[in-house]
Amino acid sequence: MTTFSPGAIWVIVITIGVGTFLIRVSFLALLGRVERIPDWGTRILRLIPAAVLAAIAAPALTHATGSFDLGTVRFAAGAAAALVAWRTRNVIATLAVGMGTLWILQALV
Amino acid sequence: MHPRREALLAGAADIAPILIGVFPFGVIAGVAAVEAGLRTLQALAVSPIVFAGAAQLASIDLIGHDAAPVVIVLTALVINSRMAMYSAALAPELPGLGRWRTIVGAYLLTDQAFAVSIVRFAEKNEGVDLKFAYYFGAAISLWTVWQISTVIGVVVGRGVPEEWSLDFAIPLVFIALVFPAVKDRGTRVAAVVAAVAASSFTGLPLHLGLLAAAALGITAGVVAERGR
Repeated sequence: MTTFSPGAIWVIVITIGVGTFLIRVSFLALLGRVERIPDWGTRILRLIPAAVLAAIAAPALTHATGSFDLGTVRFAAGAAAALVAWRTRNVIATLAVGMGTLWILQALV
Repeated sequence: MHPRREALLAGAADIAPILIGVFPFGVIAGVAAVEAGLRTLQALAVSPIVFAGAAQLASIDLIGHDAAPVVIVLTALVINSRMAMYSAALAPELPGLGRWRTIVGAYLLTDQAFAVSIVRFAEKNEGVDLKFAYYFGAAISLWTVWQISTVIGVVVGRGVPEEWSLDFAIPLVFIALVFPAVKDRGTRVAAVVAAVAASSFTGLPLHLGLLAAAALGITAGVVAERGR
């Protein structure tokens, strides 16, 4: 649970919203005045989703209890979900297997 | 049927199968906002203001952990920086849109609307009006589903007991998203290095571990691609 004040949260959310809009509008608005993205820029942008998404997902599984622990039900359920995500690339199947495994293990352990 | 309406409906129809996967993602974004401690109005407002799934989830999660505001904003914008790529790819396809269609089109830009539109533009050589109508049909469909699903998530999130561990759906969504993002050697190296680094950097102050790990992963990915 956050301890940020509602006002602080509004500022954060609106800043992200404005910044995201500026990224989206960038080249659509600038066409003709700005050259295309340089190759090194495209190379970096292409890698960002894979790196950021992996960096968010990994600690939630390896540090489910707050410290490093691969023996948690969350790590096991996450590993099962990762296997499904890898084989099927299906969001619903990944969620179903991950949550299902978690609930079964929680009931057993 | 008017060709512009036809193009709009074609966009909506082409994105429809993708929306099935977007729906649970939106529900979880709504649940996450409630779990993080946002008030109902704020939890509802995040989706129309930000309208970007992964960035919404990541920033809400960081808000819930009281990360430094600068880190929260930076993380969200780094995640969304990929949209500059889409913006650059769409711009030559949609010249002379005018102010309002540029603003609306930019606001509605997502991975999915970009993906279906760029395929259509490559296949069909239409005028800019029809191209925009197609893009708008796809983009506004996703927007509508995203708003409805996050509202449902906010309502559900308020009512679900803690024993259900619904917060676990948040990392699961990121797991579901990371595999399609891994397309070749560079992205694979970036993902693996970032994952290992992020799990090693959990002790860093201000929740900077995520950004540091992502930077390391991206660097490793660039090096891996150069080595080819």
